[in-house]
Amino acid sequence: MRWIALHLPALALEIFTRALAAPEPFVVSTGPAQRPLVYACNVAARGLGVRPGMTVAAAQALAGSLPVRPRDSHAEARCMKTLAGWAGQFTPSVSLVGQRGLLLEVSGSLRLFGGLDAIAQALQTGIRALGYSACVAAAPTPLGAWLLARAGQSLTVDDPEELAIRLAALPLALLEPSLHTLDTLQALGVRTLGDCVRLPRDGLARRFGQQVLDALDRALGKIPDPRVFVTPAVRFIARLELPTEVIETAAILFALRRLLTELEGFLRGRDAGVQQLCLDCTHGNGNSTEITIGLVTPARDAAQLLMLLRERINGTELPAPVRALVLRAKTPVPYRPYQHQLVADTSLETEHWERLLERLHARLGEQAVYGLATCPDHRPERAWQAVAIGTEAPPLCQVQPRPVFLLREPRPLGAANGLTLADQLRITDGPERLEGGWWDGHDIARDYYIAEGAKPARYWVFRDLRTNAWYLHGLFS
Amino acid sequence: MTLRTTALSVVLQHPALWRGSECASVNLPSLPTGSPALDALLPGGGWPRGALTELLPTCLGVGEMRLILPALQRLTQAGQWVVLIDPPHIPYAPALAAAGVRLARLAVVRPSQPPDSLWAAEQALRAGCCGAVVCWPITRDQRVLRRLQLAAEAGKSWGVLYRPAALVTCPSPAPLRIAITTVDRRIAVTILKRRGGSAPAPLYLSPDKPAPWPDGPPTVKAIDATPSPRSSPSADGRGAERNEQR
Repeated sequence: MRWIALHLPALALEIFTRALAAPEPFVVSTGPAQRPLVYACNVAARGLGVRPGMTVAAAQALAGSLPVRPRDSHAEARCMKTLAGWAGQFTPSVSLVGQRGLLLEVSGSLRLFGGLDAIAQALQTGIRALGYSACVAAAPTPLGAWLLARAGQSLTVDDPEELAIRLAALPLALLEPSLHTLDTLQALGVRTLGDCVRLPRDGLARRFGQQVLDALDRALGKIPDPRVFVTPAVRFIARLELPTEVIETAAILFALRRLLTELEGFLRGRDAGVQQLCLDCTHGNGNSTEITIGLVTPARDAAQLLMLLRERINGTELPAPVRALVLRAKTPVPYRPYQHQLVADTSLETEHWERLLERLHARLGEQAVYGLATCPDHRPERAWQAVAIGTEAPPLCQVQPRPVFLLREPRPLGAANGLTLADQLRITDGPERLEGGWWDGHDIARDYYIAEGAKPARYWVFRDLRTNAWYLHGLFS
Repeated sequence: MTLRTTALSVVLQHPALWRGSECASVNLPSLPTGSPALDALLPGGGWPRGALTELLPTCLGVGEMRLILPALQRLTQAGQWVVLIDPPHIPYAPALAAAGVRLARLAVVRPSQPPDSLWAAEQALRAGCCGAVVCWPITRDQRVLRRLQLAAEAGKSWGVLYRPAALVTCPSPAPLRIAITTVDRRIAVTILKRRGGSAPAPLYLSPDKPAPWPDGPPTVKAIDATPSPRSSPSADGRGAERNEQR
């Protein structure tokens, strides 16, 4: 068994600051509302003299207008769950540990990722891309890995004996014994796990109970340590609180990138993609603006999704500053990556074409991009239709000449338009009589002619047989 | 004396020597226009790929689409995509199909706001998957056109800009500019600007004979059940055949 533990020491702070592009001072508070205390502060705030434990009032006296958010342990738990989903791309066996830790059993993934060190490195890089900072440690036992990660030692330990040496140096407090046990042991001069291991086992069990002994044995792999693995969520939903309310697109996009990276990891874990994505921009007054994008083919690449969402956000007028972002993906669908061929690569072109269509759809709307098809109907307005792009049209049975451009509405030829048939247009071909259509209420009776005008253009004109009025209907471009 | 003239003619035949009066034969990726006479005038022997072609018709309906339809037919039949961006009227599917254009490889983009059509044109040109991008920009802004030209270069697409003939004198970053008008029912094609040569004299294309199809328009074949001898694939023979069927 190979275990990798991730410990996120600054989770309470980072669930907010991960949405910040620039390092602005920020503080998370805790304690009673009358006298809130600084629970955690980021590097920028620390630089101004703010320290955890001081009152928020004192911190604000030091740092001026300092954004403060109360600690949100529910949001922390939600973020850890999302993070577990993201970690599912490395192994299906992900388990939550403590309030801010993850344990991954990776013995099945070693060959795929190229070894324990490579996975630990990928986790470290990935978690940084999500805006968190973590200590990643690998060990043969889950508790061993977790203790190393808690101690801040980013190690990869392969060997149980080496693990025993490494663990022996760790402070006893990491084992989280009861306060009484800890005090008594420290009074005895037992300060590290190594000191504790060297004590006689039966005496230790008699005086302090079985728990300390069991924990030591689990850490060293002497007794089994079963873990409950997280069941992956069916759908992806992630929320990102912004530290301050923002209206600038750049700031929203920066935060969105974090969510999309999480989504990508989640989808990789399920070997899936999404075809529909929904972003809720929650405003300070409780309302929210919903932005939905659809894709031609399932996708999961964060950069691609970000580009599409950027187009939509740029085109959306946000009514108020945004306080939180919620990203929801509809049910994942199987993902089929493009297989590139060595010779005659048309798949690349297809991929580019689909990406282009998605971009056009995202910015202009679904109706603004369409294909053309012929229709078996003799009436000019009904002989064509707008269809989905790529629809193969039935073969055409058409021998009469038709104009390349059809006017949306036939334009009356008359004095009002400055075009009269007699003085401006000269008929060169025709007539072609098109009649009928009583069956669907769009009956026509027209004689079509090809005409030339004073301008060097060729027109498709018709005379309505009922009213004898002349109309312009097309241009032979 | 004779020695001198011989020496001059020998020197003039040197491939590295270019004379201002002739079009330099350059090896550019290009699309045949369907008209050998026009091909001969264009550098690279056809419509340039990876560049803009600016067509300036005196008015709509002068035959400006017929000029590019053979190339669009060739592109779509080869499975390449053609995008029409914000055409001035409805591109009429029966006419396009009759010209041999494969409609399943054609996309029409009709944005609700004019600036979006330029954006869409740039995206389509840059994407590298479109054989041709045809648009009707209403801008005079040189920087915008320059962007489109760069996008066409990046995506190796053939960009066609239709602009009014009033802009003939306006400078443009498009490497090929052609004015189109009709003289005596013939399309007069005047090359205003081209790579590797000065502007030649106008070329007159017959309007009723669009361009010789490689193997006949598919629609005519579908109607024409009796196998007609296609021994003479000349433009004149084909035109006569089409006139008969009318």
